[in-house]
Amino acid sequence: MDKTISTPVAAGSATFLPQIHEPRNPGMELDLDWVAAVQANTSAIERRAATLPGRRSVKKEYQAAWLLRAISCIDLTTLSGDDTAGRVRRLCAKAHQPVSRPLLDKLGMQGLTVGAVCVYHDMVETAVRELEGTGIPVAAVSTGFPAGLSPYHLRIAEIGESVKAGAKEIDIVISRRHVLTQNWQALYDEMREMREACGDAHVKAILATGELGTLRNVARASLICMMAGADFIKTSTGKEGVNATLPVSLTMIRAIRDYHERTGYRVGYKPAGGISKAKDSLVYLSLMKDELGNRWLQPDLFRFGASSLLGDIERQLDHYATGAYSAQWRHAMG
Amino acid sequence: MNVKEAFLSMDYGPAPESAKETKDWLGSHDARFGHFINGKFTAASQTFATRNPANGETLADVSQASAADIDAAVSAARKAQAKWAKNGHARARVLYALARLLQKHARLFAVLETLDNGKPIRESRDIDVPLAIRHFYYHAGMAQLMSSELPDREAIGVCGQIIPWNFPLLMLAWKVAPALAMGNTVVLKPAEYTSLTALLFSQICTEAGVPAGVVNIVTGDGAVGEMITAHPDIDKIAFTGSTSVGRRIREATAGSGKALTLELGGKSAYIVFDDADLDSAVEGLVDAIWFNQGQVCCAGSRLLVQEGVAEKFYAKLRTRMDGLRVGDPLDKCIDVGAIVDPVQLQTITAMVDANTEGQIHRAKGPLPENGCYYAPTLITGLSPAATLMQEEIFGPVLVSTTFRTPSEAVEMANNTRYGLAATVWTENVNLALDVAPKLVAGVVWVNGTNIFDAAAGFGGVRESGFGREGGWEGLSAYTRPRTKTTALAAPKTYAGNGAPSDPLDRTAKLYVGGKQARPDGGYSRAVHGPRGALLGHASLANRKDIRNAVEAANAAKGWAKTTGHLRAQILYYIAENLSARSDEFTRRINAMTGGKSGRTEVETAINRLFTWAAWADKYDGQAHGVPIRGIALAMKEPVGTIGIVCSDEAPLLGLIAAAAPAIAMGNRVIAVASEPYPLAATDLYQVLETSDLPGGVLNILTGSHSELAPTLAAHNDVDAVWSFSSSDLSKVIEAKSAGNLKRTWVNNGRARDWMAGTDSGEFLIHSTEVKNVWVPYGE
Repeated sequence: MDKTISTPVAAGSATFLPQIHEPRNPGMELDLDWVAAVQANTSAIERRAATLPGRRSVKKEYQAAWLLRAISCIDLTTLSGDDTAGRVRRLCAKAHQPVSRPLLDKLGMQGLTVGAVCVYHDMVETAVRELEGTGIPVAAVSTGFPAGLSPYHLRIAEIGESVKAGAKEIDIVISRRHVLTQNWQALYDEMREMREACGDAHVKAILATGELGTLRNVARASLICMMAGADFIKTSTGKEGVNATLPVSLTMIRAIRDYHERTGYRVGYKPAGGISKAKDSLVYLSLMKDELGNRWLQPDLFRFGASSLLGDIERQLDHYATGAYSAQWRHAMG
Repeated sequence: MNVKEAFLSMDYGPAPESAKETKDWLGSHDARFGHFINGKFTAASQTFATRNPANGETLADVSQASAADIDAAVSAARKAQAKWAKNGHARARVLYALARLLQKHARLFAVLETLDNGKPIRESRDIDVPLAIRHFYYHAGMAQLMSSELPDREAIGVCGQIIPWNFPLLMLAWKVAPALAMGNTVVLKPAEYTSLTALLFSQICTEAGVPAGVVNIVTGDGAVGEMITAHPDIDKIAFTGSTSVGRRIREATAGSGKALTLELGGKSAYIVFDDADLDSAVEGLVDAIWFNQGQVCCAGSRLLVQEGVAEKFYAKLRTRMDGLRVGDPLDKCIDVGAIVDPVQLQTITAMVDANTEGQIHRAKGPLPENGCYYAPTLITGLSPAATLMQEEIFGPVLVSTTFRTPSEAVEMANNTRYGLAATVWTENVNLALDVAPKLVAGVVWVNGTNIFDAAAGFGGVRESGFGREGGWEGLSAYTRPRTKTTALAAPKTYAGNGAPSDPLDRTAKLYVGGKQARPDGGYSRAVHGPRGALLGHASLANRKDIRNAVEAANAAKGWAKTTGHLRAQILYYIAENLSARSDEFTRRINAMTGGKSGRTEVETAINRLFTWAAWADKYDGQAHGVPIRGIALAMKEPVGTIGIVCSDEAPLLGLIAAAAPAIAMGNRVIAVASEPYPLAATDLYQVLETSDLPGGVLNILTGSHSELAPTLAAHNDVDAVWSFSSSDLSKVIEAKSAGNLKRTWVNNGRARDWMAGTDSGEFLIHSTEVKNVWVPYGE
C-alpha cells in the first residue's frame, strides 16, 4: 500500500519545489519478532558504502542541481553553548538566503532556502521570529540533548516547551542504554511518549549511532523508533565521537525501506555530524536515490544536519557558474 | 537540460570519462599493431579489426600471428630463459618496476580496457587495474624469496599462456607475474577481441627493463592458440577460458610432456540462508552476476535461496535490479556495460530465449539503442535439471531455485560438473564454516563474493580445471622440482615352466572395498621367477573391476573427513604389521625380481609409511594475508579418488610410496600394482586387513597397465590419475583425462628414484586441492 498524497503546495517562496506531504507515520504495535530477525552484516555494508562513490557520479549542470538540492535539504544548525540571539539571527538570514542572489539568478534558482534551522530550545523563539514568513521551519533539539540523561519528566516537558515556543520539528535523543541492554519495550515506550508530546510537530529520533556499538543495534533501534511513530530517524547529535557515516546510513535507510514495504509509511532520514564537503553530500544523495528512490530526495523525507556543509557547496556552485575555483571568504557567512 | 530541470528530475546525467589520451596512444601506433617479440614490435601483418563493443567503432588493427611468428617468439623466450632464471633478486626489481609502471599508467590501461572490452570504467579503474598492479607487487616479492623459500624448485622454462577476453589485463597479470617471478619466460596470446592492453603492457615491459625475449605477446584468434599449444619447444601451457577449449588443449598436449594448468568455466552457486542479511546478499549479487556483465568465470550465477525467505529475497532483488544502470561503459555512473562482442550477445540471447521454464524478470532500466547490451535478467523457479541451471551462460543472467535445509543446499550446489567458486550468506558462523568445506569448489566466499587478491590462490576443481593462480599455492604451477631424472626402462618379465615354489596353492585375487575379490573376467596370469619357478598366479583385472573399485572407493568417502591423527595411526599400524612380515616380503621381492634389494625395499617402504603417517596431521593450510578485514583460509583438501598406475620396478615400495601420501591426505586410491611383479602387492592385502584401514580406501588391482590405465583415466568419477608405470601411458592417460578434466601426474617415460624419497613436496601437491575460503568479518 502506498499512502502518498501528491499535493504540490507552494511553500514560502520556493515555488519551484513540489512540497509533497506524506501522511505521518502513526507507528505500529511493537513487533519483537521483526526486531529479532534483523541482520546487518558489517563487512558487506561497508563494502557497499565504500564502492558507492565509485559507482555514482554527477557532473556539470547535474552536479550543480544536486548541490542545490542538497542545500534545500540542510537543517542549518547551531548547537553551541555560546549561541546568542545575534548568532541565531545571522544563521536564519543565511537559511533564507543560502546562496548569493546573483549566483542563484545565474543558476535560475531564485528563492532557494535550506530545509530548516536547528537550534537549542532557548533559541527557538528568536529563530521563529526571524524566519516568520519564509516558510522555513524551526527544529529544536530536545529531551536533554545530547546525552538524554536528564530526569525523564523534564525531557518530556522540554518537548512541550519547544513546541509551545513555535518549533515545528523536534529532534529527540533516545536512551542509548535501552539499546545497549536490549530493552526494546522501554525504547518503544519512550519514543511513543515523546512522539505524543510533540503533537503536530514532526519528531526526529536521534539514535546516536556512534554509541550503539554495532550496526545490528542501529538497525534494530531504527525499526523500534519507526514502530513507535518517528517521522524521521537521525544518526547523531553531532556530539558523539563518530557521527554520520555511510555504513550507518545504509543500515538505517534499509530499515526505512523495510518499514515502508511493511506499513506503507515513508519515514525520513537525517544524517548529522561530519558531513562538511559538497562531494559527501552528493554521495549521500546518490545513496538515498539508489536505495530508496527519488521520493526520498525531498526535504520532507531527507535532511542533512550540518553547519559547515553549505559553505563548501557555495564554493562549488560558484565554480560551476564561473569556471574558476572559489574562496570561502567570497561567500557570506551564516 | 538546465540546472532547474536537473534539480527537479534529480537524474544522474552523463558523466563520461575522457578517451582522448587513450586515442592518442593508439594514434601513436597508427592504430596498427604487430606482435611483441624479443623486445620489439614486429610490423603489422594479416591484420584484423578490434572494436569497441559499446558502439562498434574500430579501435585498431591487430595482427594474426603466423607459425613463423610463434617460432620467433618461442625461440626468443628460450634464448632468454636461462639468464632470466639465474637471479631472483634481479627479477624482483623488474617485477617491481612493472607494478610501478602499471600504476603510473593506471588510467590509460583502464580506459583502454573499457574501450576494448566494454566493461564499465568503474570496474577497470577500481578493480581490474588495481588487482593487476597488486599481482605484480606480490610476485616481485615471490621472486625475491624464491631462492630462500623454494630451494628445491626451479623454473619450468618457456610458458605458453592463452588468456580470455573478460579480464584482459588482469588475466595477463595472473599469468605473467608468477611465471616471471619463478624465472620462466612467456609467450602470451590475448583473446582476439581484446588484445590492446596486452600490447600496451608490452610497451611498459621495455620501460621496466624486462630483458628482450622474457615477455613475448602474440595476437590472433584460436588458430594462434593452437600453434602455441602444439609448439614442441614450449614447456608449459597455462590457459584460462572455456571448458570446451580447455578440454581440447588437454587432448592436444597429452603425452607431450608439457605441464598444464587450466582455469575454465563455472556455474557457481550463490547460497542464501534464511538468517542472512538479505539486503547485503542482494547487493552481493550485483557484484556476483552483474559484475563485468556476468562474463566472469566465477560469477555467482546459480542462486539458491532458502524457501522461507525466497519470495522476500526475490522481491528485494528485483527492485535492486531495476536500479542498475546499463549503458556507455566509459560513463562513470554505469553499473553494467557492453557485452564483449555481438557473437557473445547472440549466444546469451539464444540460451535465454530457448528456456521455457520459470519466471523471468528483466531489469527495467533503459538499454542504449545501439551497441552490445543485454538487460540484467533473473530467472526464478527453475528446476536443477533446467539447462540454464546446468550450463554456463556467461552473461548478466541469474538463475535460481530454492532449498529447504543446509544439506540440501550443499547437495544442490555440488550438483554440477563445474567446481570453481561458491558463495554462502549466513550470519551463523557455525553454518558458514560447516558448509564452506563441503562445497566442491576452489574458492568459497562467506558473506561476500568475487573478492580476489594476489595472496590467495584462485582456481577450480572438476571441469573448472586445475592449478591455482596466486598465493604460495600458485607457484607450483610455474615451478618444478630440481631433481634430475633418467629414462625409465621396463623391468624384465620372466616366463617359465617350473614347479610352484610354494607347495600349497595361494590365490591372489583383487582387493576391492576391503575384500578380496575374484577378477570379473575370470582370468589369471602365472608369475614366474627369473629361473622359471612358478611364484603364483595374479588376477587379470578388466574395466569392470575398475568400475567396482571406483564404486568401492566412492563408498569410502568418509575417509576424507577423518582426522589426520586417525589416518596417521592407521598408516603407523600398516607399517607395524608390514614390519612383522618383512622377511616374507623380502623373499617375495627377491624371488620376483631376481635381485637382492628386497630387504632394503621393505625397510624403505616401512620408513615411507612412517613419513606419510607423520605428514597426515601436519600438512597445514594457511591463513593468507589478504588486504581485507577478514581471512582467506587456504584449506588443504583431499583431491578425492585417485587412480595410481604403480611403478613396475619396485613391487612393494612403488605401491606404498605412491598410495601412502594419497591416503595420508584423505584420498581414496585405486592402485594398479606392478605389472611384472604383482605378488608383493597381493601379499599386502592381509597386512591391510589387519591394520584397521577402512574398506575402499585402498583398492588394489593387478593386470595389464596399458589395458587398465585408459579406463581409469576416462572414468568420470575419478578425480586424478597418476602413472609411474614403465609402459608408455602418459599420452593415453592425459588424453582420456579430458573427459572430466581430472588432474593427472604422469612420468613421461622418466624414472623416479623410489629409494631416495626426497620429493615429498610433489606428492603433497598432487594429493591435495587448495580451497580458499574467504571470511570477511566485523560487527
